[in-house]
Amino acid sequence: MRQYLNVITAYLIMFTLIILVGILQSWSLALTILNYCLISAVMTIGANIQWGYAGLINFGIMGYTALGGLAVVLVSVAPVGEAWSVGGLNMMICLGVIIGIVFSIRLTLKKIAKSKKRNYLIAAIIIIGILLLRLISAPAIESIEAVEPAKTGFLGGLGLPVLFSWIAGAFLAGGLAFVVGKVALGLRADYLAIATLLIAEIVVSIIKHEDWLARGVKNVIGLKRPAPYEINLQQSPWFIDLVEKFHSGKLALINSVSEKQEVLNQLVIDASSVYVKLCFTGLFLTVVIILLIFTQKALYSPWGRMMRAIRDNEEAAGAMGKNVVKQHLLIFILGSAIVGIAGAMMVTNDGLFTPGSYRPMRYTFVIWVMVIVGGTGNNFGAILGGFVVWFLWVEAAPIALFFINLFTAHLPETNEIRVHLINSAPYFRFLVIGTALLVIMRFRPQGILPEKIIKN
Amino acid sequence: MDFINAILVLLNYTIIPALTYGSQLALGAIFVTLIYGILRFANFATGDMMSFGTMFAVLLTYYFQSLGINLGIFPTALITIPLATFMMILYMLSIDKFVFEYYRIKKSPPVQLAMVSVGVMFVTQAIIRIIIGPADRTFLDGEKFILKASEFKEMTGLNEGLTIKSTQAITIVITMIVVSIMFWFLNKTKTGTSMRAYSDNEDLALLSGIDPKKVVLITWVIAGILATIGGILYGLDKSYRPFVYFNNMLPIFAAAIVGGIGNPFGAFLGGYVIAFAEIFLTYAYKKFFTYILPESLEPNSMMQILSTDYKFAVSFSILVIVLLFRPSGIFKGKTL
Repeated sequence: MRQYLNVITAYLIMFTLIILVGILQSWSLALTILNYCLISAVMTIGANIQWGYAGLINFGIMGYTALGGLAVVLVSVAPVGEAWSVGGLNMMICLGVIIGIVFSIRLTLKKIAKSKKRNYLIAAIIIIGILLLRLISAPAIESIEAVEPAKTGFLGGLGLPVLFSWIAGAFLAGGLAFVVGKVALGLRADYLAIATLLIAEIVVSIIKHEDWLARGVKNVIGLKRPAPYEINLQQSPWFIDLVEKFHSGKLALINSVSEKQEVLNQLVIDASSVYVKLCFTGLFLTVVIILLIFTQKALYSPWGRMMRAIRDNEEAAGAMGKNVVKQHLLIFILGSAIVGIAGAMMVTNDGLFTPGSYRPMRYTFVIWVMVIVGGTGNNFGAILGGFVVWFLWVEAAPIALFFINLFTAHLPETNEIRVHLINSAPYFRFLVIGTALLVIMRFRPQGILPEKIIKN
Repeated sequence: MDFINAILVLLNYTIIPALTYGSQLALGAIFVTLIYGILRFANFATGDMMSFGTMFAVLLTYYFQSLGINLGIFPTALITIPLATFMMILYMLSIDKFVFEYYRIKKSPPVQLAMVSVGVMFVTQAIIRIIIGPADRTFLDGEKFILKASEFKEMTGLNEGLTIKSTQAITIVITMIVVSIMFWFLNKTKTGTSMRAYSDNEDLALLSGIDPKKVVLITWVIAGILATIGGILYGLDKSYRPFVYFNNMLPIFAAAIVGGIGNPFGAFLGGYVIAFAEIFLTYAYKKFFTYILPESLEPNSMMQILSTDYKFAVSFSILVIVLLFRPSGIFKGKTL
């Protein structure tokens, strides 16, 4: 028990803070923060198994998050029949061409010995393939994007329930990680960081600009959700009864019937949004707990010990007969797949897919700060980091505003410095996050909850 | 005649812009490479440090404009360079003192330093946004064009005009001056040689009596000059917006790695490689081909290899290809 004391205290403080937000600001906001904390926790679990277990630095979190989001669109949106009929066939042929390119390159790599000739052959295959792709896809893309461009203009998805997309997101992200890992994992740590960062940028720019796939920067809105809609809740009698029962004491104090009805209506509206968020919280919590159980089991299994051995001394582990390259690839795929799930969860939570919002600041660097602040190599630490940093990220602005008002209280309302500071309150979040990272790196480099190695 | 017109089209829309953009990238890339070669870490705060220096130039320009000081046909920003550079160097040295020095003395692995630089990036971004805000600002004044298309057409009687913006000329000239002074310094002076020695083999350099503190100081000074001038030139040519500067870090990294990280001359050329590739691959060649091909063969498509949306993706793809096949960069040679 004693050894878990710091974990328990840290989490208790965190939940108290969230409850404080609920009391001081609003419950709906507290739940929003909690949901995002849980999503961030999933991302940090993914980043932590790459960095904490295996020492792989992946600055491409953004790319996998975006792919997870794309999966939601591709799985849950209803297919656009018209678009499929005008361009579906060509796009399918394109997919075939891509598969053809990949296989012919593999074949060349296998059959022909390493030489200049082989390189030229591969270059020729790629160039011919790309030309072919452009020839086939160009008219199809044009006609697909012409189908009701204001509303659809894309192929649409499979029309399946949205929860399937979380799994699909994991597979998409894992697939990308397989390719990236094959290509980049041999690089030295800082090169790997830069390479993954840039590959993620490429992925996002493709999602942004290929409108036929997911409408690009025109965004997809009104995605399905696994929870009921507020508007339906507000009309269902069982929910109104529930709210009435919950607030019976408060309602009993009001005498006039019409006033009572008005208060009840307002309460029902508030409660419906809280209820929907609670549904999401339940779902996200399930994901976090399942992942936590698996990652904890893995960490303390022979496999986890092997990963730590590889992380701490690659050469020694290699000399002991462990396949370092294969294990690195495996963990790269696993971690990225988890990030993919988080990406899908986030888009499901928001109900909209906005490729323009994927920026490395928010989706790569903040996640890394979470992992490092929380505790590398410790799953509880990583999750805590997700909570703490997300909380700071959201609450930094109001807190900064509070302090600005406090310190400039003696200045008149129209004082230029005061107005300027109040306007720039949102940017204090960067300051807070950056300082948190620097302080932790300097004084507690192992994170709030350090890695714990159980020795038998 | 058509042939000259075609060349002019290329000059106007690809070669001159690429030279300008390449110069801006080259300055940033040398900055990255110097830090990497001597302080031994990938500095993720590159873009924001450039932005920090430029911020001072913007503010000082506004101040000078309000005082009525200007350089006539040249942009006022040019007189702010010394002061902005000074502020930048001061900032870099204090960051080094409070943040990087600790890890350098502890001999932390480069990854840890890179992670620390992420923290510096956050803090720098916050300071910039708090001081100047995230808005888009132009601070170019003075004469906008050296050569206008209409004047050129009148002079020569050709169909196509040649436009040279003053910022393009200023960028290229200043880059050449700064870079040649820097290479002279690195190769010919004693301090420069000691820096190269430190970069090649730290222990050996220390043994032969090179003062590491001085090397680090000089490195930050040169880095400050490069970052500020690079940032100001980019801001004059396009406009100043903090977010854009952060994004520019990525092609700058690409340029530094393509040129072989730790190799300043490689980084200098790498900047142009990236810029030319970005612009050549995303330019629509339709006009060019209408001039050089006979009428019957005129193209009816845009003749664009990639859409301009993929401008950044081009440089990243080059980087990935280079990393795969020649991780040491395409320009072989001694480092630093």
